[in-house]
Amino acid sequence: MTGNEVVAWAALAAEADFMYGYPITPQNEIMHYWSRLAPHFGRGFLQTEDEMAAGFAMLGGALVGKKTFCATAGPGNILMQEPIAMAEMMQIPGVWIIQQRGGPSTATVIYSQQELRLTTAGGNGEGLRIVYSTASHQELFEYTIKAFNRAWQYRFPTFVLGDGYQAKLREAVTLFRPAAKGWTLIPAEPLVRGPGIPALDREPVHLRNTFNIEEELYARLEEQLAAYERLTPEVVEWEVEIGPETEVLLVAHGIVARAAKQAQKMLNQQGQKVGYFRPITVRPFPGTALRQAVGANPNLRLLVVESAYGQLLSMVKAELYGLTNPIDTLLKPGVGVTAEEIVATVTKRAPKEVCHGG
Amino acid sequence: MADEKSTVVREPTKNPNMPLSWRKETKPHRFCPGCGHAMALKALGEVVDELGILDRVLYGCDIGCSLLSWDFFNFDSVQTHHGRTIPVVVGAKRARPETIGIAYMGDGGGYAIGAQHLVNAAQRGDQITAILANNTLYAMTGGQLAPTTLPGQKTGTTPYGREVRKTGSPLQGPELVAAIAPAGAYVARGTVGEYQQLKGYLKKALRNQMEGRGFSFVEVLSTCPTNWRTNAKDTWAFLQGEMARYFKVGELRVPEPAAPGEEE
Amino acid sequence: MADGKALKIIIAGEGGQGVQSIGELLAEAAFQAGKQALYIPNFGVEQRGGVSVAYVQISDEEIGAPKFLKADLLTVLSKRSAERTKGYLKPGTIYLYEQSALEAPVIDDRAVGIQGYETVAPEAFAKMVGDKAGKPATPPAAPALRPIGIRAAQTAKAELTPRVFNIIVLGAITKLIKVLPPAGVKEAIAKKFRAKFRENPELEELNFQAFAKGLTMIEAEGMQ
Repeated sequence: MTGNEVVAWAALAAEADFMYGYPITPQNEIMHYWSRLAPHFGRGFLQTEDEMAAGFAMLGGALVGKKTFCATAGPGNILMQEPIAMAEMMQIPGVWIIQQRGGPSTATVIYSQQELRLTTAGGNGEGLRIVYSTASHQELFEYTIKAFNRAWQYRFPTFVLGDGYQAKLREAVTLFRPAAKGWTLIPAEPLVRGPGIPALDREPVHLRNTFNIEEELYARLEEQLAAYERLTPEVVEWEVEIGPETEVLLVAHGIVARAAKQAQKMLNQQGQKVGYFRPITVRPFPGTALRQAVGANPNLRLLVVESAYGQLLSMVKAELYGLTNPIDTLLKPGVGVTAEEIVATVTKRAPKEVCHGG
Repeated sequence: MADEKSTVVREPTKNPNMPLSWRKETKPHRFCPGCGHAMALKALGEVVDELGILDRVLYGCDIGCSLLSWDFFNFDSVQTHHGRTIPVVVGAKRARPETIGIAYMGDGGGYAIGAQHLVNAAQRGDQITAILANNTLYAMTGGQLAPTTLPGQKTGTTPYGREVRKTGSPLQGPELVAAIAPAGAYVARGTVGEYQQLKGYLKKALRNQMEGRGFSFVEVLSTCPTNWRTNAKDTWAFLQGEMARYFKVGELRVPEPAAPGEEE
Repeated sequence: MADGKALKIIIAGEGGQGVQSIGELLAEAAFQAGKQALYIPNFGVEQRGGVSVAYVQISDEEIGAPKFLKADLLTVLSKRSAERTKGYLKPGTIYLYEQSALEAPVIDDRAVGIQGYETVAPEAFAKMVGDKAGKPATPPAAPALRPIGIRAAQTAKAELTPRVFNIIVLGAITKLIKVLPPAGVKEAIAKKFRAKFRENPELEELNFQAFAKGLTMIEAEGMQ
């Protein structure tokens, strides 16, 4: 099964009601599989005129109480930032699947990790979003289901950040009904057109995203920021392997973390003391966990590896502000990273060369 | 019929001039004196009352002066982004088809920044009702050139008057929609200068949606004395004169057979 | 495999030669055999125009990155694809190549455009086996390679049908890599083409024969 097919099945398992989409590679098969499955399960699909329409239609569906989602990539992700900003401001839930492709502009339809910044912090606001960066088909399945739950639980835009490799590759995955694992699905509730007759049985609902004065907006944002702070410890996820002996900590997210994990194993077999840190939620970022792992050992060197030119790196640096651990990098914007390249970088430990290495 | 299943009737209101659907807590409204929006919205409120669909309406409003209507009514509403009201309402309608989706916007929202949404919703035959107020300019941002600005008309960005050779002719929206919408569409152009006729068009547009026939679109010729810099007399003259000469009022698409019980 | 590393396989050819099907079938058979497998089509600079490349990894343990730098087995079915994938060779790579005196059916790059990713080979332009006689391919001169030439195109054309060319290649690969039971690969073939076989039972027999021929083309060779 390809990753795109996995996502469609996951959305079905998560009891998603409606997908709105616009074609862009490499996410197209999510729409293909969903539109094939949907009629058999009483679910809906609409192909819209562009990504903005898809995103805004999603919000319309969510407003009237349906679980809606969408998938996009690259330039589509840029256009999608407009509806996402509205979702963020108005706390309208929704799930976005991003299959990153090379950038900027049309670039490649293949792969990158260059949409990390856009997905976590795009839009004209504070980036109050939940973003899961997956690394395997199993995770694509499980985090897509989880994303629906998080979205409707916290009402912040929620993302599964995949990439073209994950979209297209085939590997084993175990699909399951969430109930079989004891997972409870959080139901969608209407934000407008709820029960009762407005003005008779209840107040009419009037939703807006404009404010007349600075203080009015500030009060709203303070509430939202506090809500986001509260959810952070509940939502944040990461993987870490580190010990007191560790000399080099590999830091990577998404599919690159697989290469890092493999490299860690290879290096440890060679007798090197290498650890591994992977944020699973790239927003909110597991900063406390990373700081704890790194802060304990001032001699620990970091090697940040990504298929982008410093997008993860800047997040890592922000979290480690004040610590003096050296940070090496292996930054390959728009191309995949192999375990062997990471091994070579650790072995050479020559950041100047490896910046453009491979 | 599905559309007749809910009929909301309230006890007679104390103010017979205020539609039941109008939210009295938010009156007086926020529009400038002489603004056509107030008239168009009053007509819409009356029509919703007459059709008894208060509880089924999802009203979406655009950015621009139309956003000032976000809490105007007693039905549920959502204010969206500039040009994006149609997709929000389409999304809701597709997800819950018993919804009566109303997308309210200005000429900038419908014909410029959101033109692709109007064109594609019309072309798909989405069963929503789009209402577009045409006042020949961008009002909220201080009166700039709109797709509907008349030849020679002065705006903030055409200080010497619109030159057709440089910026084109006024867009004929209903004519465009009428040309591309599939069977079942209702398309009309009304004016706040002909209140009863406008109400009739709005009612037909909503009935068309209730009966699941297709896309419904009403352009409303509207007034903006603030940006036109006109007094009451000149405002009226511009609406009924220059605008009406350029934009022909009337019905462009009426599905056959006409819905029963329709009144002008 | 023995040291826990993934076995890295590349199959490269012209769009329409059935390269991606081989990749899919290998991965499917590996899943069924209880192994980890990862198959990804078409990435990297070697993928341009009408050339199609499938990347497969098979392992007993979790597989890391989908991308790799050197292949344990490189299968090339056309001249262009051989040229573009030679960077994956390392000492010890098994180089399985098609040496029938038939030119591979090359699709004009222009017919596919530069974005040969979603639509590798429009079927209308594609053929598994060419008709023109050509010079048989020769392996690169790198010293430590283990070149193995097969005549799958000729065999398919003369003895079976050109449509099963890639299944012969799949048989040869199965024999060479030794980690998948041939019966399991056969099952994967039956599963993937179930609908086609139901329509045309003769095709099923041709596919199985092709697979068996591929297996027997490889005699004592194999991966250690």
